[in-house]
Amino acid sequence: MVQDTMAQTLHGIPINAYLMLSAVLFSIGVLGVLYRRNIIVIFMCIELMLNAVNLLLAAFGAYRGDSNGQIFVFFIMAVAAAEVAVGLAILVMIYRNTKNTDIDELSRLKW
Amino acid sequence: MTLYIFYFLSFLAVLSAFMVVYSKNPVHSVLYLIVTFFAIAGHYILLNAQFLAAVHVIVYAGAIMVLFLYVIMMLNLNQETEPHKSNYLKLAATVAGGIFMIVLIGSLKGVEKIENLNAANQSAGLIKNLGQVLYRDYMLPFEMASILFLAAMVGAVMLGKNELK
Repeated sequence: MVQDTMAQTLHGIPINAYLMLSAVLFSIGVLGVLYRRNIIVIFMCIELMLNAVNLLLAAFGAYRGDSNGQIFVFFIMAVAAAEVAVGLAILVMIYRNTKNTDIDELSRLKW
Repeated sequence: MTLYIFYFLSFLAVLSAFMVVYSKNPVHSVLYLIVTFFAIAGHYILLNAQFLAAVHVIVYAGAIMVLFLYVIMMLNLNQETEPHKSNYLKLAATVAGGIFMIVLIGSLKGVEKIENLNAANQSAGLIKNLGQVLYRDYMLPFEMASILFLAAMVGAVMLGKNELK
């Protein structure tokens, strides 16, 4: 019974639906990075893009009945957690030096 | 039935993702991002990846978003202190993002149906199966992840401490 409903869940939704959803979420992340100036919000949008890719990886893994895709999602989550910790530390450091979180203040990193 | 759940979760995820971008207050952005993460966790459950959904909620909605909230509180950004871009730049960003989405969807539109659904293996996302794969085939990367966390922790502490001049 449980197995039946699970199979219907996978078969009822085409993989293209997950492709579209991930593409839309990723595009919203890109839009946020371009649209906002606050470093924290840009960082959150990067997390959103990462999650869109994770979702697609898990979807393909589930549709193939393969565990390896989900293992990769675990490792991506681990790397994302480490990245967020270091990134937010850098962000606090930037705030301490420049007293705001405007991304345009960092344009001197160009030189 | 599950199709409706899928549509509802997708709608929720996309809507709250838009609200992350367009809400003025960073705290509201964080809260909407948490809603997005819960919707994605629901998608994981739909994909038979129950353990992944649990880990996603714990790590993202639990740990990472709390970290974001702490930083926002520490920097006292809970009001609208952000100087906004000019309308011209906002329009350009929206157009660029929309074109990117159209290109991405258009290129994925013609993708063929994935063949050979391995429907017999519905237990791929269960914790027993995942644990065996993780501790047998991916032992070394698993241990390396702990070293990565140690390095990240040391780096965060190093960056976050006050200058001792």
